[in-house]
Amino acid sequence: MEFDENKLRAVFAEALGIPEADVVPTLEYNTIPQWDSLAHMRLIAEIEDAFDIMIDSDDLIDMSSFAISIDIVRKYVDEA
Amino acid sequence: MLTKLDLSGQLSYITGGSRGIGRACMETLAEAGSDIAFCSTTDQLRLDDVATEIEQKYSVACLGIQCDVREPEQVKLAYKRVNKRFGRLDVLVNNAGVMQTALLAMTSFESMREMMDINVNGALLNLQLASRLMARKQRGSIINISSIVGRVGSEGQVAYAASKAAILGATASAAKELAPMGIRVNAIAPGFIDTDLLMGFDAEAKKSVLKTIKMSRIGQPQDVANAALFLASDLSSYVTGEIIGVDGGMLV
Repeated sequence: MEFDENKLRAVFAEALGIPEADVVPTLEYNTIPQWDSLAHMRLIAEIEDAFDIMIDSDDLIDMSSFAISIDIVRKYVDEA
Repeated sequence: MLTKLDLSGQLSYITGGSRGIGRACMETLAEAGSDIAFCSTTDQLRLDDVATEIEQKYSVACLGIQCDVREPEQVKLAYKRVNKRFGRLDVLVNNAGVMQTALLAMTSFESMREMMDINVNGALLNLQLASRLMARKQRGSIINISSIVGRVGSEGQVAYAASKAAILGATASAAKELAPMGIRVNAIAPGFIDTDLLMGFDAEAKKSVLKTIKMSRIGQPQDVANAALFLASDLSSYVTGEIIGVDGGMLV
C-alpha cells in the first residue's frame, strides 16, 4: 500500500469530526476540543484500520500534530 | 437466548492458553464458535499440535503463538500476528500468570519481580494492545483472570496477592476508560481451582482450604471457563468493571 496524505487527512477529519480543510500540518493535539485524549485513541484506531498497520505505543504518544503523524504513518506504510 | 452465547465469526485471544484455566477457556470459547488465538511459552511445535486439535474438535480456526508476556517485543509481535491472520479481536482472556508461595520474610526479590512482570506488567501490556485492536471495531470484551487472594489475601502469598490485586485495580480503571469505545473489561477471581498451580499444596493444606469452601469441592477450570463465556458473550453486554468470584462460596 502506498502512503496517501489525503487519505490520512480524511481519516483525521472523520475521527475528529472536523472539516478536511482544518486538517493542516500545524494542527496539534489538545489545541482543539475535538482532539482530546479519547479522540486520540479513536483516531489511532481509525488510522490503523485505514492503513492496515499497528503503531507502537511510543509513536502513538509522539503523534502530537498532523505533520508528525504524516511522517510516522508514512514510516509504517513503507515498512509494511 | 442461546444465540447470545454464539461467538461465531469472533476471535478470542487467550494468554497462557496451553493448560489449566486458559485451556478450559480456549475450549469453551471455541465450542461457542469463536475462532481462537492463544499464546504460551511452550514450544511452537506443541502449540501447533494444540491448535490443530482445537481446529479439528470444534471446526474453528486456531493459531498458537509462542510468547513470553514478560517480553514487550514478543507480545507486540503476537498481536501483529493475530491482526494479520484474523483482522479483528473480540475477546481477550488475560490469563497468563504464575504463583509462587512463600512466607513474606522468605520471599526473594526475584520471586516478587517475576510475579509482577508476568501477572501485572504482562497483563497490562496485553490489556493495552488488545484494547487498541478492539477499538478499531468499537467493541470487545476483556476478561482479566485475577484471584480470590487479590481480594482477601492469603498467608504465604503476599507478593502473589499483590499482583492479583493490581489486576482488579486495572480492571476497574480500564472499564471506565474503555467503556466509551464499546469495550467491556471485567475480572474473574477464581478460588481454589484444580490446576498445576495447586501442585505446591500438600494433602493437609488442600483439606484445610476445602473447609473454607461452602460448596465443599475444589473448583475445576471449567467452572472458570463458564464465567469467561458469560463475560465474552452478549449475555453480559451491559456488564463492565465487575469482579466475578468463581470460588464455591469462599467469600459468603
